[in-house]
Amino acid sequence: MKKLSARRRHPLAAVVVLLLALAATGGLYAAFAPAGTAKADETAQSLAIEEGKKLYSVGCASCHGTGGQGTSDGPSLVGVGSAAVDFQVGTGRMPAQQPGAQVPRKKVIYSQAEIDQLAAYVASLGAGPIKPTEGQYSPDGADIAKGGELFRTNCAQCHNFTGEGGALTYGKYAPSLEGVDPKHLYEAMQTGPQNMPSFPDTTMPEKEKKDIIAYVQAVNSDSSASPGGLKLGGLGPVSEGLFAWVFGLGALIAVAIWVAAHTAKAKKS
Amino acid sequence: MSTVTNTQKKAPAGERVADWADGRLGIYTLAKANMRKIFPDHWSFMLGEVCLYSFLIIILTGVYLTMFFHPSMNEVEYVGPYVPLQGQLMSEAFNSTMHISFEVRGGLLIRQIHHWAALIFLAGMFVHMMRVFFTGAFRKPREINWLFGFLLFFLGMFTGFTGYSLPDDLLSGTGVRFMQGAILSVPVLGTYLSMFLFGGEFPGGDFVARFYSAHVLLLPGIMLGLVVAHLILVFVHKHTQFAGPGRTNDNVVGMPLLPVYMAKAGGFFFLVFGVIAVIAAIASINPIWAIGPYRPDQVSTGAQPDWYMGFAEGLIRVMPGWEINLWGHTLVLGVMIPLAIFPAVLAAIAVYPFIESWITGDKREHHIAQRPRNAPTRTAFGVAWITAYMIMLVGGGNDLWATHFHLSLNSITWFVRIFFFAGPVIAFVATKRICLGLQRRDKDKVLHGRESGIIKRLPHGEFVEVHEPLSQGELHRLTAHEQYAAAELPPAVDENGVERKIGAMEKLRVKLNKGYYGEDSQVAKPTVEEYKEIQSGHGHH
Amino acid sequence: MSSQEIPEETLPAGQDTAHGAVTVADDPFADPGLPPHKPRIQDIDERAARRSERAVAFMFVLSMLATVGFIASYVIFPVDKIVYIWPFGHVSALNFALGMTLGAALFFIGAGAVHWARTLMSDVEVADERHPIEASPEVKAKVMADFAAGAAESGMGRRKLIRNTMFGALSLVPLSGIVLLRDMGPLPEKKLRTTMWTKGLQLINMNTHEPLRPEDVAVGSLTFAMPEGLSEHDEHFQTQIAKAALMIVRIQPEDIKDKRELEWSHQGIVAFSKICTHVGCPISLYEQQTHHVLCPCHQSTFDLSDGARVIFGPAGHPLPQLRIGVNDKGFLEALGDFDEPVGPAFWERG
Repeated sequence: MKKLSARRRHPLAAVVVLLLALAATGGLYAAFAPAGTAKADETAQSLAIEEGKKLYSVGCASCHGTGGQGTSDGPSLVGVGSAAVDFQVGTGRMPAQQPGAQVPRKKVIYSQAEIDQLAAYVASLGAGPIKPTEGQYSPDGADIAKGGELFRTNCAQCHNFTGEGGALTYGKYAPSLEGVDPKHLYEAMQTGPQNMPSFPDTTMPEKEKKDIIAYVQAVNSDSSASPGGLKLGGLGPVSEGLFAWVFGLGALIAVAIWVAAHTAKAKKS
Repeated sequence: MSTVTNTQKKAPAGERVADWADGRLGIYTLAKANMRKIFPDHWSFMLGEVCLYSFLIIILTGVYLTMFFHPSMNEVEYVGPYVPLQGQLMSEAFNSTMHISFEVRGGLLIRQIHHWAALIFLAGMFVHMMRVFFTGAFRKPREINWLFGFLLFFLGMFTGFTGYSLPDDLLSGTGVRFMQGAILSVPVLGTYLSMFLFGGEFPGGDFVARFYSAHVLLLPGIMLGLVVAHLILVFVHKHTQFAGPGRTNDNVVGMPLLPVYMAKAGGFFFLVFGVIAVIAAIASINPIWAIGPYRPDQVSTGAQPDWYMGFAEGLIRVMPGWEINLWGHTLVLGVMIPLAIFPAVLAAIAVYPFIESWITGDKREHHIAQRPRNAPTRTAFGVAWITAYMIMLVGGGNDLWATHFHLSLNSITWFVRIFFFAGPVIAFVATKRICLGLQRRDKDKVLHGRESGIIKRLPHGEFVEVHEPLSQGELHRLTAHEQYAAAELPPAVDENGVERKIGAMEKLRVKLNKGYYGEDSQVAKPTVEEYKEIQSGHGHH
Repeated sequence: MSSQEIPEETLPAGQDTAHGAVTVADDPFADPGLPPHKPRIQDIDERAARRSERAVAFMFVLSMLATVGFIASYVIFPVDKIVYIWPFGHVSALNFALGMTLGAALFFIGAGAVHWARTLMSDVEVADERHPIEASPEVKAKVMADFAAGAAESGMGRRKLIRNTMFGALSLVPLSGIVLLRDMGPLPEKKLRTTMWTKGLQLINMNTHEPLRPEDVAVGSLTFAMPEGLSEHDEHFQTQIAKAALMIVRIQPEDIKDKRELEWSHQGIVAFSKICTHVGCPISLYEQQTHHVLCPCHQSTFDLSDGARVIFGPAGHPLPQLRIGVNDKGFLEALGDFDEPVGPAFWERG
């Protein structure tokens, strides 16, 4: 909260509040909207594309071009597919705030309904990976151990053993996977956002993606067990070493000071 | 004494046992010299005990672990209770470590105590070594004991390395792979050494068993011998002490071994063990189940060794990739140079006592621990050494610095490359200045007394702070340190007009000596005359 | 060094101040000697001493209770029970309980003993004389004489033949030990120069264990492969995969700057050794936009679009590339072994 209040006078604060309010309204609308609209027919689809196009021209066109053809500030979106849009916007990475080595995860400013509309529009620009259904990414019934092996072969080199994240070149990094929605994990593997390579179904079938998601959920979620005690960030020997120095040796030195100190003397008579 | 007397009263049972033992072991003679041995009180004198006790804890817990650990690299399928590894192939070493962690009751605790104690053992040795260094407690007659201590630190690093490699997990396996790559870089012999150490190509099926025998027998055996020798020498030399009233170079002031130090030092063992057990209860270390079994084609980011190898890791990370190919042979400088700097930097601190005693030419015994400020050049050298060490620790964790401080990995690497050389120089100069400043402050305190914080207004309106004179004990403590006069080369021509031959080494020695004890390197301590002159005009500052 | 002469005047003089020197009026800095012992509260107030005694006993009792707790925990908690304990997280109940009770049992023994020593045992500081470590000249003279006598009696100096042959025997005998080390491992020969890859071996996807088709490998994707015929269950799997592991990416052919790399690729699909040329970590932190691949161990960075050239870090040479093509069944295959040794450099590499 302190962080938040510190930024309340930020020039962009009003914009963010406005967008949040809009997002909340949209979200409420999506939640309470009649179920009938879920039936995707031709009209609904083209309506979504229309709506998506409007959102696109406001939030995305300045960097990606009015027709998604890309500009010097942003890549072409032709053929990236709805999965990429759902990942980028759904994790708050897009719209990007400022140029940098890498676009970070941020607060999501669009509602899921709006994201779907954006995704529908971008998908209409050219065929690409389609946003997965829950049946595709749900880790239920997946093989966690197999997922672990796949994770160590394909993912751990950048994201660490249990998905704590790690450094890449020149300020880029592989983010932590803690608390990432299974859908977004799936989409990231499918589409390869930013500098992450993709792991398409042709080389990593859907079932294996599920195994990996199940493994990440098993070892890196709020309820993951750490039998030995504090995880220390799951970063390995560096944080262990720091802990040993600060708390281990620190505690022992405190004890040593007590052992060696002179006992309080009685008042001088 | 040992003859049976016809006294009616029988001696108490304890005494009779002691008599029996004395007749065979001579314990009374031993006890006469040592039972009331005096140990001075200072918290920093207990750092060595932290090391000794964590070493004992490591041995105790290590013996327990050997009862369950299988030092074998045969592949087995995991069928234990940890779901995310079920059905995975792994070596028996990894499998048995999983068994210790998940199925042996208390096994996880002992494993964690063993590993935490190892980290604390090495950290304790580092700090203990620095305490000895900065107080000059390595001077004659303790140079050999300093070397024993250094060897313990050095061997401790490799005992630790062979130890954490035993579970054959993905992280330690990566470390072993690094070691193998480093061995390959050795000119001429590299490939042979690697083949012999690993029983063939990496990883082969032998290294866990071979590391095991080194880790549980060879290295700790040598270390135990060194620890015993180290302790015997501490007894023979008697402990150093800081200067103070009644504390001279010819005595040692403190409490007797029996009973005070028996209780304090014995109690401290339990305190150290207790603290480490609590740490093992609350903080996880080396969770191999999360890391997974070793496969040479898998890796994780954040691949670091335990902290004491972090210095070597830093060197190897920041070294540019130099490689020379000539006449069908390859000189892998990018690996060899760090491999050579690593022991060289450690050796620099190990041989320091001999260099200092050569520079001073002082051959007397020293039993008073110096205050670091009173040996500015040595202190500055020590801080420079630590700076180089710490900068390389940063280099060894450059990827984590990058992610946690939002920096570029490459910038950190460049920072470390530059500051490995520049940092120690800056640290040397700054430390020396700080030491000299502290010396001046001490001098001021002796001559003008302690600032009392009481402001007094003089009749003519001037405000002055009242300085309280120091007690005689305090005056003595602040002036007890000895100061060397800078050496001078003898005149080039002796009294008979014959040219004097002075060797290059002697010239170097005199030059270094001037650097150590010249005008710019120490503040002359207050003399009695200065003190008396100022005191006679008391009240006036 | 031993022959150097150190002028006396450079050495400080103050060291030999007599122990327990009395205050000399002339010298305000003189050692006033050990200050008189000041009693603690416990020394003069028996009630305070009693309190300390009870505190020590209380700590020892706490230790006993903690040991009982340890045994109880051992019996009560199943080894696989996970509980949530703030702030440590979801931890093993057994590990936590055993560690805390053991820690307390040990700590309170220590704390009791130290408190006992600090408050109830005498805290009068005692001075012990030091004696020089060096022997007195008389002792030294005696030892030298004994040694000379012993040496003369042995005849070492006179009977050179015995002495020399003895030194010869002693210096040769350790050779047996060195010879015995020969079977620690085989000779290197060409082992580090070759891998399992040969012409015609298909590239097997490490994930699916199926052979790879060129159309499976998309631009921007990352795939790992091993040679056909290798299985995780093989006895020598670890040793083989340590050299044969492949990293496969697809780059638009026009983005490939190195001519040979393009030639050895199949329509932009390139296969590089996964083993870092620095010290052998499996390198695979592939950035698909920059085509850089970073090693997680020591940050060597290679440019996969430019013959895997080293662009940063301690590696000394590029990652070896495996020449690939497509067989008549449409699968990717190797067109031979690597043309240079994979992994870290070594003396004979050349």
